[in-house]
Amino acid sequence: MRPFGPKRRGPFSMRRGFVTPEGVDLQLELGTAGARAGAFMLDSLMIVTILIVMTVGLAFLALASKAEMMLILWLLGFFILRNGWFSLFEMSGRGATPGKRLMGLRVVARDGARLTGGAVIARNAMREIEVFLPLSFLAEQTAQGAADLFLTLFALVWSGIFLFFPLFNRDRLRIGDLIAGTWVVRTVRASLGADLLYSIERPRRTFTEAALNLYGVYELQTLEDVLRADREEAIATVAGIIRHKAGIDEWSNDREFLSDYYAALCARLESGLMVGRRRENKFEQALTRR
Amino acid sequence: MSASASAIVESRPVVVNASRFRAAHEAEWERLEQLVTRMEKRSIRALSDDDILALPLLYRTTLSSLAVARDTSLDRSLIVYLEQLSIRAYFQIYGVQTSVWRQLGHFFARGWPEAVQGLWRETLACVLLTLASAAVAYFLVRADPGWFFGIIPESLAGGRDPSASAEALRRTLYERHDDMLATFATYLFTHNSQIAIFAFALGFAFAVPTILLILYNGLMLGAFLAVFAAKGLAFNLGGWLAIHGTTELFAINIAGAAGIRIGTAIAFPGRDGRTEAAVRAGRPAALAMAGTVIMLAVAGLLEGIGRQTVVDDLSRYAIGGAMLAGWLTYFYMPRRGRNAPVRP
Repeated sequence: MRPFGPKRRGPFSMRRGFVTPEGVDLQLELGTAGARAGAFMLDSLMIVTILIVMTVGLAFLALASKAEMMLILWLLGFFILRNGWFSLFEMSGRGATPGKRLMGLRVVARDGARLTGGAVIARNAMREIEVFLPLSFLAEQTAQGAADLFLTLFALVWSGIFLFFPLFNRDRLRIGDLIAGTWVVRTVRASLGADLLYSIERPRRTFTEAALNLYGVYELQTLEDVLRADREEAIATVAGIIRHKAGIDEWSNDREFLSDYYAALCARLESGLMVGRRRENKFEQALTRR
Repeated sequence: MSASASAIVESRPVVVNASRFRAAHEAEWERLEQLVTRMEKRSIRALSDDDILALPLLYRTTLSSLAVARDTSLDRSLIVYLEQLSIRAYFQIYGVQTSVWRQLGHFFARGWPEAVQGLWRETLACVLLTLASAAVAYFLVRADPGWFFGIIPESLAGGRDPSASAEALRRTLYERHDDMLATFATYLFTHNSQIAIFAFALGFAFAVPTILLILYNGLMLGAFLAVFAAKGLAFNLGGWLAIHGTTELFAINIAGAAGIRIGTAIAFPGRDGRTEAAVRAGRPAALAMAGTVIMLAVAGLLEGIGRQTVVDDLSRYAIGGAMLAGWLTYFYMPRRGRNAPVRP
């Protein structure tokens, strides 16, 4: 929330708290600088393509008849493309330009409220100094042919400040986002993975207390990833490590062994949760029965 | 530790919370996912009445599922799935969903005039700056016509400089153009709007460039006035300017005021954090700026078409005065429910 605030300790994370009006923290994930640059490139490409098609089309129509009408249409079209492309798309329910949609991004108000028209206009009007000002500098330079060194340097520094501004704050805010109170988040869609345990009907292994005390939640979820990825070597390696640590010398089916161990560990850690004890990882104190 | 660390036993399957939870609620999650996917692909109109009624319930069920799952389940894929589903549903339910027409209606009825009203201090400052710089330029050029060329680039002057004869100057005021009027109006509109947006955005640099832009605008005004006044054409130039200028200069001053509001909020945030101050200034200022684009469209029509066809001084003054009175009433007329919560 405070890009100018004191630096926080801890590893850098792109996840940010986002509390809905119902009081649940949804944990949004911010769009990376790369994805946002990509989205902007895509949008620019689309704008330029449409501009070229529009220009050629209107030029042909102008040759046929009504040249004045076509000139007016072109002027208005250019104005709307330049100033309206981003704002109009972001004001629609999707909160994203076509480029952002392709990159899986979306504009959201930082305070969790509805994204208002004022915010969208503010964040996009700032593109005028972020993008178009240095661009018109360059265009003028090229047109005059004589590149004034000082002016070129100034244009480079200016655009550099604004281009890389998102990299200098932890929330990846553009100047426009800063003014408008918005940020850009990833719109990921996850599908519900298969239930790892419920469907299995066969005799299960049971494990001793000591064997189940080896690990915490972090290891459990890593094990979940291994089981879901379902890769032969990974499963064999992990099963070997667990057998070694727990002192189990039974070398039957690796996958069934891991699945059983996962089930037993999960049930045990969950029963710990029920009494308010969460063992985050293997370095924390084991849950011992007293 | 011995080989007895594990043993195979015939037992009923281990049921963890995730499994229990899925069995109880999976159908609801799936229905919500279907609805949300349909809304994302098309719009809310893709849903039947039953679906629309069910949507908030399903959303709350899923949210509470998420809250419970986070506390009781260790199945990460389940939690991630519920998080993503809740976020997608949240955006569909709380995103900008009111229709375009209602948004526009609100903009004209409240958003725009209230945003401009809120900027009255900055607007007044801009108007005073324009007048002051116009006066400075006027006296400079009257005292020494050489100043004119220091203020106005030759390409813009188009022959309207101190060396021009009274007859030539008069001709520029009353020249009738009949062709390409609409194109001229469109050009003026897009060009001036671009400058207004630019003035707004430049305000970010602590308002300094915006103020310079406003000052320069005033200087040009004063310099031209001095040239025409020297030949006794001040009243005629006034009419030529007034017909569109009341709208155009007002719009430029509002755009400048919006930029200054942002710049000062960032430079002097007051009690709040800099970012909060910037946001509170930025959103209404952007609305006011969007409004100036509409004003400039009107000004473009008045300048491009109105001024070329109306050549009578008094009519020009009358049109300009009426426009100014109209804008002032629209923006500053007291409105009921001013203190009602407004979302910029």
